[in-house]
Amino acid sequence: MDFTRRDTLALGAGATAMALLPLSAFAQADPNAELVGAPDDFLAGADAAAGDLTLTAPEIAENGNTVPISVDAPGAVEVRVYALGNPTPGVATFRFGPLAGSQAASTRIRLAGTQDVQAIAKMADGSYQTAMKTVKVTIGGCGG
Amino acid sequence: MASGVKPRVKAPKKASAGEVVTIKTLISHKMESGQRKDSSGNVIPRSIINRFTCDFNGENVIDVVLAPAISTNPYFEFDATIPEAGDLKFTWYDDDGDVYEETKSVAVG
Repeated sequence: MDFTRRDTLALGAGATAMALLPLSAFAQADPNAELVGAPDDFLAGADAAAGDLTLTAPEIAENGNTVPISVDAPGAVEVRVYALGNPTPGVATFRFGPLAGSQAASTRIRLAGTQDVQAIAKMADGSYQTAMKTVKVTIGGCGG
Repeated sequence: MASGVKPRVKAPKKASAGEVVTIKTLISHKMESGQRKDSSGNVIPRSIINRFTCDFNGENVIDVVLAPAISTNPYFEFDATIPEAGDLKFTWYDDDGDVYEETKSVAVG
């Protein structure tokens, strides 16, 4: 397929327009928000203290589209990760099964801008632990 | 999005009984967040992988719920205990109902 000069310019203009859309334009309800939810839903009034849970994230992420993070929560049954400044704060829920070699996992997440990333771990005894990390984002990862 | 989805898994082919091995998985998927708009202002519908599980011989290793904030081409790295020889089964669940599966055999010796 051949692109004429005009086609190429039009494509470029469209892509730029999309990239420039402000974040505030995206206040849509997420149909699956309850899957991960907000930190308060998960805690349900319980207190979360700092503990063995570690959340590793870069201090500065140049590209908000792929920010590598990892959680390590010895003794946890479930770890949830929240990006508190995203349009929907829930990022992921990790549940560790009987054959998990360690209660640790790594993934890559999207961050809309500079914000706090929070991890909350539910321990085997029902208590909660939390860890927070601020990530500076140079280019947001929500199309903004 | 059913086209171009390709799961890739890096797992050891051999382990000793009871060994903890590190597994890395990647699946190509655009993970459309449902937050973006196209050039004419219409919201691009959400299309993501919403769940990923890994089992070994039917016993669960990890079960992950994914939100739209997971990056394009979701990547996961985690540890699994290998008690005996068997198969690691990886399953990804797409918003559109598709299920992508991958199996890796692990020998013990």
